[in-house]
Amino acid sequence: MQARAPIRFYHDGRIVEIADAEPTATVLDWLRETARKKGTKEGCAEGDCGACTVLVAEMAPVSAGGLPTPDDTNAVRIGRLSVRPMNACIKFLPTLDGCALLTVEDLRQATEGDDDDALHPVQQAMVECHGSQCGFCTPGFVMTLTATYEKHCEAGTHPTRAELSDDLAGNLCRCTGYRPILEAGQLMFDLPRKRIDTGRIERALLQIGEASARYEGSQARYWAPRTLAEFAELREAEPKARLLAGATDIGLWVNKQMRDIGDVLYIGAVDELKVIERSNGYLRIGAATPLEDAFKALVAHWPTLSEVHTRFASPPVRHAGTIGGNVANGSPIGDGPPTLMALGAELILRKNKEQRRIPLDRFYLDYMKNEMREGEFLERIDVPLPAAGQEVRVYKVSKRYDSDISALCAGLMIERSADGAITQARFAFGGMAATVKRASEAEAVVVGSDWSEAVLQEAKAALVSAFTPMTDLRASSNYRTLVVANLLERFWLETRSGTLPALAPDQTSIYATMRQ
Amino acid sequence: MNKHFEPSELVGTPVAQVGISRPHESAHLHVSGRAYYTDDIPESEGTLHVALGLSPIPHGRLKSIDIEALRAIPGVVAVLTAADIPGVNDCGPVVHDDPIFAKDTVQYVGQPVFAVVATNRLIARRAAAKASKVLDIEPLEAVLDPREAVSRQSFILPPMHLTRGNPAEAMATAEHRLKGTLSLGGQEQFYLEGQIAYATPADDGGVKIQCSTQHPSEMQLMASHALGVPANRVHVECRRMGGGFGGKESQSGLHVCVVAMAAAKLNRPVKLRLDRDDDFMITGRRHGFEYDYEVGFDATGLIIAADLTMISNCGFSTDLSGPVMTRAICHFDNAYWLPNVAIRGYTAKTNTQSNTAFRGFGGPQGAFAIEAILDRVAGALNLDPVTVRHTNFYGRRQNNVTPYGQVIVDNVIHELTGELLRTSGYWARREAIERFNASSPVLKKGINIGPCKFGISFNLTHLNQAGALVHVYTDGSIIVNHGGTEMGQGLNTKVAQVVAEELGVRFERVRSTATDTQKIANTSATAASTGADLNGKAAQDAARQIRRRLEAFASQIYGGEPEDVVLSGGRVQVNGTNLSFEELVAKAYVSRIQLWSDGFYATPEIHWDRETMSGNPFYYYAYGAAISEVMIDTLTGEWRLVRADVLHDAGRSLNPALDVGQVEGGFVQSMGWVTSEELVWHPKNGKLLTHAPSTYKIPTANDVPAEFTTRLFKNENVKDSIFKSKAVGEPPMLLGFSVWLAVRDAVRAAGGPGSDPVLDAPCTPEAILMAVQSVKKPAAVA
Repeated sequence: MQARAPIRFYHDGRIVEIADAEPTATVLDWLRETARKKGTKEGCAEGDCGACTVLVAEMAPVSAGGLPTPDDTNAVRIGRLSVRPMNACIKFLPTLDGCALLTVEDLRQATEGDDDDALHPVQQAMVECHGSQCGFCTPGFVMTLTATYEKHCEAGTHPTRAELSDDLAGNLCRCTGYRPILEAGQLMFDLPRKRIDTGRIERALLQIGEASARYEGSQARYWAPRTLAEFAELREAEPKARLLAGATDIGLWVNKQMRDIGDVLYIGAVDELKVIERSNGYLRIGAATPLEDAFKALVAHWPTLSEVHTRFASPPVRHAGTIGGNVANGSPIGDGPPTLMALGAELILRKNKEQRRIPLDRFYLDYMKNEMREGEFLERIDVPLPAAGQEVRVYKVSKRYDSDISALCAGLMIERSADGAITQARFAFGGMAATVKRASEAEAVVVGSDWSEAVLQEAKAALVSAFTPMTDLRASSNYRTLVVANLLERFWLETRSGTLPALAPDQTSIYATMRQ
Repeated sequence: MNKHFEPSELVGTPVAQVGISRPHESAHLHVSGRAYYTDDIPESEGTLHVALGLSPIPHGRLKSIDIEALRAIPGVVAVLTAADIPGVNDCGPVVHDDPIFAKDTVQYVGQPVFAVVATNRLIARRAAAKASKVLDIEPLEAVLDPREAVSRQSFILPPMHLTRGNPAEAMATAEHRLKGTLSLGGQEQFYLEGQIAYATPADDGGVKIQCSTQHPSEMQLMASHALGVPANRVHVECRRMGGGFGGKESQSGLHVCVVAMAAAKLNRPVKLRLDRDDDFMITGRRHGFEYDYEVGFDATGLIIAADLTMISNCGFSTDLSGPVMTRAICHFDNAYWLPNVAIRGYTAKTNTQSNTAFRGFGGPQGAFAIEAILDRVAGALNLDPVTVRHTNFYGRRQNNVTPYGQVIVDNVIHELTGELLRTSGYWARREAIERFNASSPVLKKGINIGPCKFGISFNLTHLNQAGALVHVYTDGSIIVNHGGTEMGQGLNTKVAQVVAEELGVRFERVRSTATDTQKIANTSATAASTGADLNGKAAQDAARQIRRRLEAFASQIYGGEPEDVVLSGGRVQVNGTNLSFEELVAKAYVSRIQLWSDGFYATPEIHWDRETMSGNPFYYYAYGAAISEVMIDTLTGEWRLVRADVLHDAGRSLNPALDVGQVEGGFVQSMGWVTSEELVWHPKNGKLLTHAPSTYKIPTANDVPAEFTTRLFKNENVKDSIFKSKAVGEPPMLLGFSVWLAVRDAVRAAGGPGSDPVLDAPCTPEAILMAVQSVKKPAAVA
């Protein structure tokens, strides 16, 4: 493997080289304790409050023709840069290799030439709208709003209040009640424009270059190969190394459980694993694709998935976390697997040069156990493209709409022939068992049926008897059992045919009424 | 988007410094990341870091700690236990039952037993995380449920009783009666900046402590007791907090004591910054309450008699649980005349974190009970909930005495709710909601009102005092220091406005500095909403003394009478001469006029008798009301707030923008408490399962509706408060009840006329679905 020793990234106007940090050192600790940049705050150290929000910029991938390809990304595109808000508290420092790190202190760079106290329009709007009280969450809000500002300045658009709220779903404020912050998110566009100067960043990133990183910490080794072949070889050669993607879960193993995760093999530098393409009847999504980009592609094909997209974690977590990580992690309460299982997704597993294909619904064996063999990794997820007569819904139920782990999540799909008979059904659930799983008994009830109310009642009964869910802090067993049946009823209300008209989503779902 | 306040209506003269919607004095520092919080202060050379080793079980006999195993870890400098405390092993604010480190027994999961001091924070945390391996504890039976605690007579303090009239007799003769039980959960403060303290040893055996606290003087005393040194050896400073909400009133003390003793013992600077999970596990929060009640009323919904038993879940120690219960008892009446009433308060001792102050301090828990009761009364009589509340409001000249004997002289609840009903279009929307519900099979709407009357002053009379220092420097720049602390509420901004107003200068000339026990001594906590009332008056007193000296001096050199001298807008007009403030100051200095002063304030008129639970505990009352409209999903229990209208009485607001911010923020925090913010302890092992934002859900931006209007009620304080303003911090904690009440209304709609939902708080989707089930037989699908 072509390698060089230090990790290099752009920060505070220069290229920083790191040669001696532990692979699991966080960007936040480095900022506060080594770089002594104290503007970025720690509120929770688990990616749930947003006080540590920073922007991470990379050179945007370039297509064969040499032009940027923005269609499949939800990253903020500024010039040739691809910029994402992320939580510095759960991002490991070595994963910044080849990137630029922008913090609240950098907004001063954006105002270069002005007097010392001049504020960036995002900051000025926050002051004028009284958007800070205690001020501790404020730098995080400012950075998220800066991403929003850049996105809309680039596109020549203004965000709606709902879009702003969605962008801010990963930022908690305990003082203001948010109204003044949302007003600042509008006012910032009315102030004199000041944009991030990307020229210097681009030049630095080109100078850092593209070589794969290899890193020998005092405690553990770290590899970040750039090519798929290199990655696959290393995975086989170092099967004990911890495969790291977005660290949105592993970050908590380190910060909260104080676990030593040993050697680290990072998947996030392999651009070949971030490709989204339509091919052979499939939407193919590379395993290292950020959740935010994967969902953009999924929603483009199945618009009804927009709810689960918006409510899946928070923007910084969706930008850092990957679709492959979400599937391979295999949490019984993850929202990705029920979604993908309902769509009939298949997984491409790879061991060095060997590939094998397995349906997602056969991947999970038991609680946190799956089909993956030693030296193997998830390369790609293939989702069959939408078929005629297909109805898909994913319903997420949690205590809070945004950035909450589901009490349960239902991925529901039926396919009907021209005469209205159901030819295929996939009902997949998270939060109901030790793994995400399909309810084949209920599916069997509806397949071949006319999707009448009597069929619904029979399918509900089959669903209820299929699961014995847990009681935990998110919900009781009793509630999960009631709701799993009621979600099937909601699906029926929205898709039924016959004498009674189907109900529009805004008659069946609170979430839909919020989007009107 | 529109602005929700009209500053021009509240502003006095064009050069006035109070009544203006001025940004927070640190706003420009907040937004640029330059504002220092305790962890941002540059560390001194050789700083060590602490992490706390916590009890893994809820109750047990501590047999041994394997200290050597921890000391052997590279980077660990010291391990401290109860045996290392030179003074008293206690950080209790009232009663001395709060050990810094558990000695002999552990009393909850998360109780600190030892501290690891290490060369960096990560090493300290990794070592402290081995607590369950190094602690040998023999388990004892634990009491986790407050009702179980009551049945075992496990109390923190003796029960409190307050009775007026003859409730038993009146109850017996009442036309209608309702009985019930109710549960209201606790609430985590979730200040974004967690607990933190940083101690630097001093040369005389004392320490300097920079920390995040609402109560520097208490921290000073606690540390001096732990160290066994006089208070004058301990110096405590706090520039600002990243939120407090009551959680840093007494409970910043443990962390302060730990760093103080570590710094003194090791003669090194020592910092303790809690990880968020540890913060949840160690510190207490708002008391959850359980209620049993009976109410008697007539056909109009007028309450004849009320009988209430309240149980507060105090956790393992006393902390502030006594005054919290007192305030709860003093707020059961909320805005309503209760002619015959009996209230009993039980402080249940459980093996959980010791609960403490949280914005409202028991007041909201008292008021919640009467709001829930009135809502059931309305439902039982099929009357509109607004009508029933109106029927029961305190009168102006009669029916205006609280159960504890205070005559209410400033009642504006009738005018205030009347205005809010008009501006929110309540009655027309009530009809529209009925039409919506008739045609909507799955989703149901509800609307309701949550009124508020809240007593201002510390119940404990002697706490109602404050001091301030104002320094005018020879260049005319001004510093104000006072005993209050800045936690985001804008206290420093308001106090600086008061000083600017008093000295007739522009706001920008006045700088607020860190709260510092070496400047103002013996301060009260910044709590009970009294920050601006007390410290504003004290600063005004200081500034006024300087102004009087300047006026006397000016008239002495320019002629005229001192009372005719005008200081305004940075100019001084004296007997036809007009000069700048700084010119006058420079002349005064040369003439040896004292240009700085202290100031003091003690709230007049108030008194409280703890034995008889009676007196005049509150200087005045603040009023408010909110009307909320919600939508619920009868299939899942999911819900959302569709619209909220808030009208609140801040008197003559010192700063309308800051006050609107307090009201809105309080409303949303209150809404979170009664809806999504659920605390769950493991029913057997006693561990708090909702221990971080991943599991404990405070509202996000999407939970706040687009239609959210907050206005300040045009009023002025009838009492001589600072510029006739009213305190605004805590009262809005009652306003979010309107959301819970609207959910009840929507559940009633799902059940049909006469339905009586069983709904506790917080009303999570699960609680709402179960309430829907309680009023509705599984209906045939439409």
